[in-house]
Amino acid sequence: MLDVTLKCHVGIGGKITGKALVADDNFSARYDLNRIEGVFSRPAHKLYGQSYQDVVLVLNTAKGGVATAWMLHEMTSRGIAPKAIVLNSANTILAQGAALAELAMVDRFEDGDVTRLIETGESVTVDPVAGEVVVHRT
Amino acid sequence: MKLTDKEQAMQAGEFGPACQWAIDHQLQIGRMFDAEDMVEVSQSHMMADPESLGEAGVAFVEGLAKGGAKVAIPMITDPRGVDLSYYEPLGQTEDMANLERRFVAACTQMGIMMTDTCINYQTIMPPVRGDHVAYGDTGVVIYSNSVCGARSNFEGGPSALAAGLTGRTPRDGLHLDRNRRATRRFVVQEQPRDLMEWGVLGATIGRMAGSYWEVPVIEGIDRVPTSDEVKHMGAAMASYGSTPLFHIVGITPECPRIEDVGGDALAVETVSAADTTALAKPFGAQGEKVDVVVFAAPQLSLVEMQQVASLCRGRKISKHTDMMVCTPVQVYGDAARMGYIEAIESFGGKVLTGTCFYQQYAREIGEANGWKRLLSNSTKIVNILGGYGYQPALATMENCVASAEKGEVV
Repeated sequence: MLDVTLKCHVGIGGKITGKALVADDNFSARYDLNRIEGVFSRPAHKLYGQSYQDVVLVLNTAKGGVATAWMLHEMTSRGIAPKAIVLNSANTILAQGAALAELAMVDRFEDGDVTRLIETGESVTVDPVAGEVVVHRT
Repeated sequence: MKLTDKEQAMQAGEFGPACQWAIDHQLQIGRMFDAEDMVEVSQSHMMADPESLGEAGVAFVEGLAKGGAKVAIPMITDPRGVDLSYYEPLGQTEDMANLERRFVAACTQMGIMMTDTCINYQTIMPPVRGDHVAYGDTGVVIYSNSVCGARSNFEGGPSALAAGLTGRTPRDGLHLDRNRRATRRFVVQEQPRDLMEWGVLGATIGRMAGSYWEVPVIEGIDRVPTSDEVKHMGAAMASYGSTPLFHIVGITPECPRIEDVGGDALAVETVSAADTTALAKPFGAQGEKVDVVVFAAPQLSLVEMQQVASLCRGRKISKHTDMMVCTPVQVYGDAARMGYIEAIESFGGKVLTGTCFYQQYAREIGEANGWKRLLSNSTKIVNILGGYGYQPALATMENCVASAEKGEVV
């Protein structure tokens, strides 16, 4: 096992490990998701049709409106939610949503574009308090 | 973060459990965005439709109200998700209406004013330059920051509520001078001619800027836009770019000259007719059957209501098409008095009050009514509704009404 540590800004929520789902695309719970089925539903999204349940989402930035701040909480309450959201750049809405949902979220990576530093399917541990993401490579 | 004695007392629970939750929530956000302290705000505005809240969100807000929470500053609300006077015909269920009723009761108990509008800057009390506020709804924030010169981050529902309870917000992001300087410089080559084109221009710039932390400064606009025009421009820019602030040289208050926002040092990027055409291209659907025409996002001002009404007079909607018009309750009364509601509804449209279409369980009402092809003059709404199972298309206000009459996109 080879662990690679990626340093980032201090974030929101607690430490969590899960499988990464990665795309060079942006995120809005309102614009992009079918929250009843737990999949990306926006045809133009690079993760269209894929399930976001229990994965560590790795995406570029936030887009769109403020609804995500409530929606992450609503998704978490039903157990159909990602385990963590990792971004190059969060905005205030995603941070607020993560805080209410008690969902792990980090952003601003020292080594550049996080969507290129992690691959889909890799096991990652997100540690918002330490400000790091550890990629567990075999 | 440096906290005042009062803020420390809130943290210690001396102002009750709701206020303690609120300041704890705000401190988490403040730490993530490196705020050094909190700033007092004069108003708060909360986006909270029942689709976003769900049972969990409504129960959370009810819990705060039950614990005796009261807001400390004037706090208002964004559009509701259910027009309680018209929901069954839309295909909304009693469960949806009950969630809405419970939420309204909890908010009212906390002293929140149920204004239910995303154009509070046109209808309630616009903020003034330098006014620190905690606004939700991206369209409200971008207009208030850019056109009014107020200072707000995007405050999602929970954070707007927290700000209402504590009367303050973390001093980060757009509360700080340094984050209001321009970071991208755009020169517009083609003048927008109508509300739809102002929206398309805003969307194009938003997509090019592409991040909450970018501040576009715009040159090349050759006249002062109306409040409705800049409203559509800002709402679309925020929708496509998550953009909370822009400057227009010689027009918006913080930017009399480009050097006032540091734009003179930035590389020039042109926004050409080809750029705006490319943005609108996926939303062309000429000749196709249209299921529903929507005027919303943002809610319509009295002037827009007058324009839609005058286009509707003497015409009849196709039996294959529906038309929904969303306006705030503050506008509805005047629009009724002036005959605009009657004109729109005689045509065959329906005016919804205090709601906005995309916040009204858009997926469920689309399925209930068989709406797939949706036509609007709002660049914001066509951007949102693709993820809700619609095939959205874009047209001018005139062509939206003409398409509703014909039953196909003209």
